Amino acid sequence: MELLLIILIGLLYGAGVYLILRRSMVKLLLGIMLLGSGANILIFLLGGITKGKPPVIDEKAKLFQDIFADPIPQALILTAIVISFALTAFAIVLLKRVYALVNSDDLDDLNTNEEEDI
Amino acid sequence: MKSPILQSATKYLLPILLLFSFFLLLRGHYYPGGGFVGGLVASIAFVLHSFANGTEATMKILKHKPLSLIPVGLAISTVSVTIPMLFGLPAMTGLWLEEPIPVIGMIGSSLFFDLGVYLVVIGVVLTILFTISLNNLEEKN
Amino acid sequence: MLLAVLSGLLFSIAMVFFGKGLKAKWSPLLLVLPPVLFTFFASFIPFISSGNIQLQHINWVPSLGINFDFKLDGLSLLFTLMITGIGTAIFIYARKYLKGHPYFDRFFGYLFLFMSAMLGVVLSNNILLLFIFWELTSISSFFLIGFNNDNADSRKSALTALSITGLGGFFLLASLILIGNIAGTYTISELINSRDLLLKDPLYPLIIGLLFIGAFTKSAQFPFHFWLPGAMKAPTPVSAYLHSATMVKAGIYLLARFSPILGGTDYWNYTLIIVGGITMLYASIHSLFRTDLKGILAYSTISALGILTFLIGLGTKEAMIAVSVFILAHALYKATLFLVTGIIDHETHTRDITVLSGLRKVLPPVALAGILAALSSAGFPLVTLGFIGKDLIYEATLTFSNPTLIWTLTGLAIVTNIGLVAAGFMAGITPFVGKLPQQFEKIHIPYKGLWIPPLVLALLGIILGIFPAVVGELITNQTANTIFGANTNSHLAVWHGWTLVLFLSLGTLAVGSLLYILNKPSMAKLAAIERFNVISPKTIIMGLGSKIMQFSSWYTDRMHNGYLRSYHLKIILFAEAVLAYKLWVSGPIYIDFWSLTYPDLYEVAIVFVLIGALFLILTTPSRLTAVVSMSVIGYCICLIFVIYSAPDLAMTQFTIDTLSTVLFVLVLYKLPGFVNLTNKKVLFRDALVAISFGIIIALTAFKIWAEPINKDISNFYGENAYILAKGKNVVNVILVDFRGIDTMFETVVLSIAAIGVYSMIRLRLKSSEKE
Repeated sequence: MELLLIILIGLLYGAGVYLILRRSMVKLLLGIMLLGSGANILIFLLGGITKGKPPVIDEKAKLFQDIFADPIPQALILTAIVISFALTAFAIVLLKRVYALVNSDDLDDLNTNEEEDI
Repeated sequence: MKSPILQSATKYLLPILLLFSFFLLLRGHYYPGGGFVGGLVASIAFVLHSFANGTEATMKILKHKPLSLIPVGLAISTVSVTIPMLFGLPAMTGLWLEEPIPVIGMIGSSLFFDLGVYLVVIGVVLTILFTISLNNLEEKN
Repeated sequence: MLLAVLSGLLFSIAMVFFGKGLKAKWSPLLLVLPPVLFTFFASFIPFISSGNIQLQHINWVPSLGINFDFKLDGLSLLFTLMITGIGTAIFIYARKYLKGHPYFDRFFGYLFLFMSAMLGVVLSNNILLLFIFWELTSISSFFLIGFNNDNADSRKSALTALSITGLGGFFLLASLILIGNIAGTYTISELINSRDLLLKDPLYPLIIGLLFIGAFTKSAQFPFHFWLPGAMKAPTPVSAYLHSATMVKAGIYLLARFSPILGGTDYWNYTLIIVGGITMLYASIHSLFRTDLKGILAYSTISALGILTFLIGLGTKEAMIAVSVFILAHALYKATLFLVTGIIDHETHTRDITVLSGLRKVLPPVALAGILAALSSAGFPLVTLGFIGKDLIYEATLTFSNPTLIWTLTGLAIVTNIGLVAAGFMAGITPFVGKLPQQFEKIHIPYKGLWIPPLVLALLGIILGIFPAVVGELITNQTANTIFGANTNSHLAVWHGWTLVLFLSLGTLAVGSLLYILNKPSMAKLAAIERFNVISPKTIIMGLGSKIMQFSSWYTDRMHNGYLRSYHLKIILFAEAVLAYKLWVSGPIYIDFWSLTYPDLYEVAIVFVLIGALFLILTTPSRLTAVVSMSVIGYCICLIFVIYSAPDLAMTQFTIDTLSTVLFVLVLYKLPGFVNLTNKKVLFRDALVAISFGIIIALTAFKIWAEPINKDISNFYGENAYILAKGKNVVNVILVDFRGIDTMFETVVLSIAAIGVYSMIRLRLKSSEKE
């Protein structure tokens, strides 16, 4: 499964990079989200993956009786997921506003001519 | 999307989902759950309601703007962080009641911290979604 | 002393608030500070002249070794007295000179700031503090030089001065940090104990090289001298202040301060002698060709600074005595000449010496001041401080430690001084003698505030010249002792008998006067010398500067072309190169097949669904399909979390994914479909970049995964979750208890995002309502 996840990470990163090289703002946004997902799985994998042993202490015990999944990557990823939602929301509203102004999804349309620049 | 089936379904779904989200919040310290997930589930409940009945109807149920939940949540978290300092303990020290309370379980300062997170998450998600959808409505008119 | 240094700063800030009132009614109040400071520092004279040192220590940033350490010794005392004393004259003068100027208050704000920065430089006992004040003088002098900011020339000279002195400051900082690192202390008075350590260090030539660049840029030494003539665009009181007693002398101060610590080696001595020698000769000859009064003064100032550098380079006892006296003598007569020039400019509206003449008839007190200063500058025997200074210079060259060089150095000094005599006469005497042209006949004597300060300074030059022992006992002896680092036993006197030095002095004066009479500067001569501008340091350095600008704009055009995707491409290619190099260097990857787990069938299915969705995102022309595929990917990741024991993550991912999809649909349903904007070739290139990035990341991930991982922290949380925090869901305990503050700030970030979204949409509505 580790190998499969590593391939998955490579694919997510590759696709993310491909999308942020496009001219469309929506694709840019999707690319950023894919890169984020790739990073999440990367962290998850590097903490070591364990099946069916959530980091929750048994009801009767005070300590772990068994091996358990690493809680730190999980805490990190949980934070990352929530923050990335905030980022996505902000970016998407930005996109909406830019679209309303220039009426285009093309990033190149945002460039002003040099005369207007100054 | 105003279908009568969905409308009548959300009438019952909203309280149940809210109850469920609160349950997730309370048990977060012992089982999977917690402020983030609880807040997100509660937001989904409201979003579902707004799909069925329109955002304006949902806003009426909420009475206040969801934006006002954010400072309330932040204040609760901050207070729960600073209260131990009143007892001469370092900030963030967990304080717990001696006896568990029926149904809710053990009550401690970290539960209030999580409650703050819960409220902030609801406030943030609903502010973002409702501002956009209300804006869409205004543009349509 | 801290208060004395900061008071100027406080006054400067006060100008912002009370400037309007001080501009008109209360302007005499502005004149209070410099004399008060002068009195304050003068009260230390008895204490310092008996060989004591006043120290003050106030902690500021002790962890970085930056503290408010102040030291008042002989060297500092001379400078503080000049800064505040000549400052008093300048303030009185400037109040009248700029009367009614719209930015009167602004000017005084800058002047206060500059004065306090200068005091800070000469009083700091901590080299980093010294550097801070050093930079502050560069910045405040930038404002002062560019004060006439509606004049393009003025702006340009200010910028040149700032870039040259700022560049020097950069080198100085490097040098000071090296010194501090090697000596292990940043306190100047302790550095003297590390002298041997510093001299033996292999970095010693680098240290003094960097220090010299700092001092030479500030003190306008060849080849960095050209900012000083340009700085003449400043209002005259500024020129008088900056170029007589303060700004340019800061470099000299630095050399004098570090002379006992770093000096005495051949590197130190001969560099200073050569640079100072070139500067003094070059500028002295140049000054003879100028027709603008301020131009003459500018070049003769550079020449005088060259002499001072040269003297510090000589490094002998006699040279240090000469430095201490010549600094004072030059400050007094040069300030006078500048102020006189200012009055002439103010009254006649010209500074051209080919036009000016006979002004003694209409401006008698000004003429007196000018002529006295010119005599002091020429070193007129027996009655001027300039004479004492000149004597000491010859004495210093004649007693230099290397006998083969004595006559070369003395000859150099003689030629320079002859030029300076003539230049002094040109500036101080020419405008006042001869026939008064008709257009100047209606000129009246200006305000007392204008002509009294230069006259007082000129008279001071004479009085101190007649009684040199007084100034020696009170101030300059201790200055010389400080620079030399030991007792110099100096006794200043007017008359030494019929010595060789006296003959040299008289000879210099005679030849200089002859040169003055014979040399008639004219536009033609100026034009002739300007033909050499092609090879002047100014042209070369400015040319270098514009080449750098060209390169920068070329580079910016290439790299910063305004296309986001091209930035992305460059960043990613760079990251790929670095990562690939690191992978290559770190050696082959070993796979431990035993630690791999076998996937179940449904896990493989999940991964394949995910890959399918990914493929769909990349190829679909429909926006909606892309969004739906995105959410499919999210749900698949959610399933992976479920299987691999992360229930909290799974729930969060699930809800967030749902909400993100809602968000996308809300916003995107109106946008048009994707258009294929790019051609096949670019698509192929991007695909190649993306695939290689994916492969590199996968390999990196694999390599890290194969390394053994430290689980101490995870085990700590696992063991203490219930015992310390009474929680059993470790992830939640980490979030709300162990790392609660982080979570707290995360919620703050979320709130900021929500407010951002809210305001962005509301803002738009309002502006559309206006339309």
